Amino acid sequence: MDALLHQVFAGLASGGIYASLALALVMIHNATNHINFAQGEMAMFSTYIAWSLINIGVPYWAAFVATIVISFFAAAAIERILIRPVEKAPVLTVVSVFIGLLLILNSVAGWIYTYTIKSFTSPFPSEPPFGNKFVSSHELGAIAIALFVLVAMYLFFRVTPLGLAMRAAAENPASSRLVGIRVGWMLALGWGFAGAIGAIAGMMIAPLVYLDPNMMAGIMLYAFAGALLGGIDNPWGAVIGGFLMGVLENVVGALIGTELKLTVALVLIIIVLLLRPNGLWGHKVVSRV
Amino acid sequence: MKRLTGLLLVAASFAVGTADAQKKYGPGASDSEIKIGQTMPYSGPASAYGTVGKASAAYFEKINSEGGINGRKITFLSLDDGYTPPKTVEQVRKLVEQEGVLLLFGTLGTPTNSAIHKYVNAKKVPHLFLNTGATKWNDPKNYPWTMGYNLSYQAESRIYAKYLLQTKPTAKIAILYQNDDYGKDYVKGLKDGLGEKAKSMIVAEASYEVAEPAIDSQIIKLQASGADTFFNVTTPKFAAQAIRKAHDLGWKPLHILNQVSSSVGAVLTPAGLDKSVGLITASSYKDPVDPQWKDDAGMKDYLAFMKKYFPSADVTDVFNAVGYSTAQCLVHTLKQSGEDLTRENVMNQARNIKELQLPMLLPGIKINTSPEDHSVLSQAQLARFDGKEWKLFGEVIGGK
Repeated sequence: MDALLHQVFAGLASGGIYASLALALVMIHNATNHINFAQGEMAMFSTYIAWSLINIGVPYWAAFVATIVISFFAAAAIERILIRPVEKAPVLTVVSVFIGLLLILNSVAGWIYTYTIKSFTSPFPSEPPFGNKFVSSHELGAIAIALFVLVAMYLFFRVTPLGLAMRAAAENPASSRLVGIRVGWMLALGWGFAGAIGAIAGMMIAPLVYLDPNMMAGIMLYAFAGALLGGIDNPWGAVIGGFLMGVLENVVGALIGTELKLTVALVLIIIVLLLRPNGLWGHKVVSRV
Repeated sequence: MKRLTGLLLVAASFAVGTADAQKKYGPGASDSEIKIGQTMPYSGPASAYGTVGKASAAYFEKINSEGGINGRKITFLSLDDGYTPPKTVEQVRKLVEQEGVLLLFGTLGTPTNSAIHKYVNAKKVPHLFLNTGATKWNDPKNYPWTMGYNLSYQAESRIYAKYLLQTKPTAKIAILYQNDDYGKDYVKGLKDGLGEKAKSMIVAEASYEVAEPAIDSQIIKLQASGADTFFNVTTPKFAAQAIRKAHDLGWKPLHILNQVSSSVGAVLTPAGLDKSVGLITASSYKDPVDPQWKDDAGMKDYLAFMKKYFPSADVTDVFNAVGYSTAQCLVHTLKQSGEDLTRENVMNQARNIKELQLPMLLPGIKINTSPEDHSVLSQAQLARFDGKEWKLFGEVIGGK
């Protein structure tokens, strides 16, 4: 029983990892209606920027904020320079650009920083909180930050006029333009926010799995699965989906065997999606023709 | 009179052994040159290993500057395959069909060599001293032209098994392994080595996929099994995670770490040196940072060589010693081949290396090959991590 409880907590910790990256995916999906396959690599690259800053002596939180700001502008710039020209192109073209971006970021990171793993500082104490043995301070802190980002994102899209404008621009660019929304800039902003959220995710993930150029390859897979399970257009759904993914996978691993943990978890997701194609908490998309 | 003696001598030398004196050449060999091909990951995710090829190249440069092998200079064509098997196939075909190399030497990586395994054997090109530890390279019946070099994963595991049987026969062993050929090779070696006792001694096994972000769940499971010995068969990132997680859980087993991840800089430092104290691994090489080799002749030669021929390298990186030693092993084989530089004879000589000791291998380690046994390195010594460096202990143990 103790071991199973331990597995559940470890699952929540990795679920937090998947959830934080899933949020970046939801962000870009809500802002541009695309799924950015390079999201993980962008987050990885942001983390390297933070690592470089910390290594030259910048205090952690200053580096944290600087990285978020740099990532915001870098991601917005990527949208302006790389994605803008293919805005009206067929969806496959856009996907190819995303995959190209993924490969470029991965190789450039490897070229600059080498493929040797690096340890990444955690801002949280190294002793577990309240003397418990199930969850470390960093895991708890990372989950808290993921939830904070979630609430901020939810409020942003729900309450602020800018969030409303962004949603409108993604859903119906033509009408949005007619009411005076600058659609192009909304897309760039969406990319910028997604880049910033990805940067936070990267900096929270790296202390757990170590920083290397391939750090996000596996995590992206789980984040995708989590986001699709919960509903790619709903931040709450994506986060719950991420946590479900983490716990499910660990409990299956403990009960059935570690060889099957990924397989069983993914099969369960396929079953859920067959029954509810928009995810557990996703919105049905109805297009009028 | 003088001329007559000369003629007589020539005649005599013909009479002594036509086979020996008559020069015979296969592709890529001539009076002045021996062409050798190689693929290496100079780019891509495994590019840290690329230094092996550079160190070998530096050693051939040294041999050339000292007059070559029996007067022939080595032309070493070491091409980048980025650790991608299709690229390896392309490069190896180029080396064999366009460049016409005499042999392939030290090609690095298990997936990459697997991709060319059948091709080189069909073409009957010597495929010598591969830089990979898979056990499948030692299969002379089906693949007579292929010969590995590294201590194989199974042999390494058998060494750990011997150690456990000797010092901890009641051990309860938990195994964590990567779910692929590499991981399974290690598990098989341990089970073979423990023999009858494998069933009772191994209490838990857990595997992971390379795509998994973290392996915390597996470590929790293994700890819960009540094991007091942990056999850690993981690649660097996962090894660091496992060392850290085991420590954070307060699990203090006898922790055996596979050689693949024994790098202090790339694995133990990120995991935490204090968390790594007490780890055990096997090693076949003299570690340049180990003070006990300070006055060792082989080590001195090596350091002098590195300074002169490969000054940009990090001498503490053991991969350079690997490149140096494999190159020495090849030079030994080519010297032994004499004037008959056909592919058949070179392969024959590689199969008949007897009691060869190389300067950077630990004292007591000898290389012996035969037509039935294509394993080159088969011995190692155990080492324990003391928080700063690996300390060798015990005797050299054979893994056959």
